[in-house]
Amino acid sequence: MLELRSITAGYTRDAPVVRGVSLTVAAGESVGLLGPSGCGKSTLARVAALLHRPDSGTLLLDGAPVRHWRHRAPRDQRTAFGVVFQQARLSADPRLPLSDLIAEPLRATGRGEDAPDRVAELAPAVGLTPDLLTRRPHEVSDGQLQRACLARALVLRPRMLVCDEMTAMLDASTAAALVAAVEDYRAATGAALLAVGHDRTLLERWCDRVVHWDGLS
Amino acid sequence: MDHLPPVLSVRGLSVRFLMPGGRRVAAVTGARFDVAAGECLALIGESGCGKSVLASALLGLLPGNAQTAGSALLGDLDLLAADERTLARTVRGRLVGLVPQSPAAHLTPVRTVRSQLEETVAALTATRSRAALRTAAEAAAARAAFPADHLDRHPHELSGGLAQRAATALALVGDAPLLLADEPTTGLDRDLVDRTVDELRRHVDEPSTAHPGGRALLMITHDLAAAARIADRIAVMYAGRIVELADATAFFGDPGPRHPYGRGLLQALPDRAFTPIPGMPPELGDLPDGCAFAARCDRVTDACATQPPPGTVACHHPHVPEDVRA
Repeated sequence: MLELRSITAGYTRDAPVVRGVSLTVAAGESVGLLGPSGCGKSTLARVAALLHRPDSGTLLLDGAPVRHWRHRAPRDQRTAFGVVFQQARLSADPRLPLSDLIAEPLRATGRGEDAPDRVAELAPAVGLTPDLLTRRPHEVSDGQLQRACLARALVLRPRMLVCDEMTAMLDASTAAALVAAVEDYRAATGAALLAVGHDRTLLERWCDRVVHWDGLS
Repeated sequence: MDHLPPVLSVRGLSVRFLMPGGRRVAAVTGARFDVAAGECLALIGESGCGKSVLASALLGLLPGNAQTAGSALLGDLDLLAADERTLARTVRGRLVGLVPQSPAAHLTPVRTVRSQLEETVAALTATRSRAALRTAAEAAAARAAFPADHLDRHPHELSGGLAQRAATALALVGDAPLLLADEPTTGLDRDLVDRTVDELRRHVDEPSTAHPGGRALLMITHDLAAAARIADRIAVMYAGRIVELADATAFFGDPGPRHPYGRGLLQALPDRAFTPIPGMPPELGDLPDGCAFAARCDRVTDACATQPPPGTVACHHPHVPEDVRA
């Protein structure tokens, strides 16, 4: 469903952090991308989730080439992805109560009227209790905030989830709970998964297939 | 090391935060533990369980709305009763070295590692001349295995592992008998975690002229693999209380943790059952009267509505070795 072909990407013109990398994620498949810190795996994940425009290479989504990234990407392509980042604190608007944080993608795509139903449905799925939903990010723990960020990633029912070090900051129990919530969603919807991380034990336990960064380019 | 008195002896340590509207948050309740020279005690638990508040209390770094009770004896000095002047002049850096969480944020971004090391050496030791400071800073970097050719770099030019070593070098300058490491491995990859904890362990074991028995290390972490690699003893914290104190080999191996919470944490690891503990920790501002873990526990009975008796395992129904083998 997602095919990256010899992607080169980076942040300055002459120093790409990703060089000629290819990776395929089939529909419904879960792929773990393993690599040490600083190797460029997060950049590749951002390219795959249409959040970073590569310098060269091709990205195919369901066979169709992707021509635009970020806000320029057509809505049906953009909303095919749900993304969870490593640092929940940095990826949550501090002004929004968790219920609004979770519903933000619905509002952004003009489906705000679905918000109450979807939030009520997702909160228990990620293990959030109703009293937490009225709180703002500074009033909850890192683990609780990451649960809300996962709910936000699921709210548009994406066909593909990209989890970039989703559990690296979390304790063992919260990590296992979040992975279980992702797998429940995938079992119910058949969504594909690209999980990026540095923990071999975790990715091998979680994913159908684990690829090492060194074997990609 | 049994004949030596502990380096740090904590008794009945409690921290309460007074919130607006008269609300009280019980962040730490009745903590009791010792750390001896040459020993590493790892304090483990979920985020928000009070681990970092406990560390801040030991360094006198709690915010103004905090109230403490109990004692934390470092030699003859009670860290909880010490005034700011004592803490600033004799404790921080000199008696307690802090290895911080996220070293990249702990280092001054606009100055090189060398200049920060020299400043720390000048502040904490009697070294004064320029040349002597330079030599002492280089020696401090070498102690933490920080490469000399990276000394003139700024923090943003360092990888996560090197920034961690720079922060460790700063913590070691004062040759403090107690090292306090607050989540030193968060966000590092596995190889780097292993290397970081191995280096910390070396600083614990290494005898120096000031500390022939080695240093004492209190490491606060949620990374169970790192704790298993480095620690001699484990303290499990849940909802502000230390619910189990155990020997690390017994905790991670056979017979395993005795408190149901410790067992649940280990079973959540991806190389074990990978099953989470159901539910979430209770709010520290709204703790139940009885055992705080009862709502998530599979061994809960009516007895759990009362506070478990204090001891090495704070549980009404701890696992005993017999039923582990069965």
